[in-house]
Amino acid sequence: MTAFEFLQGYSAYILLVVVFAIGLYGMMMKQNLIKKIMGMSIVQSSVILFFIVSAYKEGATVSVLDPALGLENPDLYLNPLPHTLMLTAIVVAVVTLGVSFALVIMIHKRYKTLHEPTLLELMK
Amino acid sequence: MNEVTRDIVLRRHMEGPIVSPIVHVCIRGLVPFIQIVGLYVYFHGHYSPGGGFQGGVLMAASIILLRMSLGLADSQAVMPNRLPIPLAAVGALIYAGTGLFAMVAGGSYLDYGFLPIPGLEPAMLRNLGILMIELGVTLCVMSTIISIYDNLLGS
Amino acid sequence: MKAIRILALAAFSAVMMVAVVHLPPKGDPHSPANRVENVLKGPVAGAYYIQNSYPDAKTPNMVTVILADYRGFDTLGETVVVFAGGVACLYLLRRRTA
Repeated sequence: MTAFEFLQGYSAYILLVVVFAIGLYGMMMKQNLIKKIMGMSIVQSSVILFFIVSAYKEGATVSVLDPALGLENPDLYLNPLPHTLMLTAIVVAVVTLGVSFALVIMIHKRYKTLHEPTLLELMK
Repeated sequence: MNEVTRDIVLRRHMEGPIVSPIVHVCIRGLVPFIQIVGLYVYFHGHYSPGGGFQGGVLMAASIILLRMSLGLADSQAVMPNRLPIPLAAVGALIYAGTGLFAMVAGGSYLDYGFLPIPGLEPAMLRNLGILMIELGVTLCVMSTIISIYDNLLGS
Repeated sequence: MKAIRILALAAFSAVMMVAVVHLPPKGDPHSPANRVENVLKGPVAGAYYIQNSYPDAKTPNMVTVILADYRGFDTLGETVVVFAGGVACLYLLRRRTA
């Protein structure tokens, strides 16, 4: 395998691992709850993009039946299963964000801060 | 600008109406088209990329645009504050009810090929069943997103 | 404490990087997920859905058929999750008039 083939085949995956690591960094290191939620959102996006990339086939078209292409050769259509799974995952991600923001609002109402070490002190 | 004034300005910006006439005219012109596109995406989900989730999010975006520009009080005529949660329940019920209907008619749960509509072959019945449950999904997603936005604002 | 976290993050990223390089490359039509037949001569989900979605439901868009028909129960649960999220938001944030 030449270096060019390696880059062509794996650059997207490697980039998505980097994005995942950035999101994980936000979730682990940052001390503000909002920033943690932003990290969670980045992780979700990277996983969704990972599935979409894995559905790609060289030389295939979108997974809507084209009468000119027919149904005999599945290599002519993208793999529709990851698209379906990620379609539901996106909506669940939005609702997760909504609920987490609601929790953050309630925490801020009660403790007047979103700084995590301070919160842990206050909750003792 | 200290923190308190920034908070007040932010709150007024989010809850009260925006007073610029340009924004009003643009939003009023834009919202019907967004809703038409939302309906198109829902009904055309069988033949092109689209479907219940995307159509529902587009409809919710149009309502949220109205909420942002006209304010919470003036956009009550389009979507009252109390409506979204019952509407979401109705959407989920349409989905579950379609599955139950197919089960009562002799198939297994959510097997639309057994829906009791005469004169159609099972494949066309599945086509119709998909349209039905996408209606439920559209209603549920649209009203849930509007409800989350309203609640986040009103707190 | 912070050093441990950075170390854990770096170790996890390294493991993922190594794992990702051993996947089939992007766009390979003969990867296990894109094949027509698996090693036990049974059907593979992706190719099966591509070939059978139109005869089964007369709907050209395969994603819609999988979403609403083959995996209808999955989508039902997902709709309930969306609804539950909305209700949870309502009960967390409603104005208490007591």
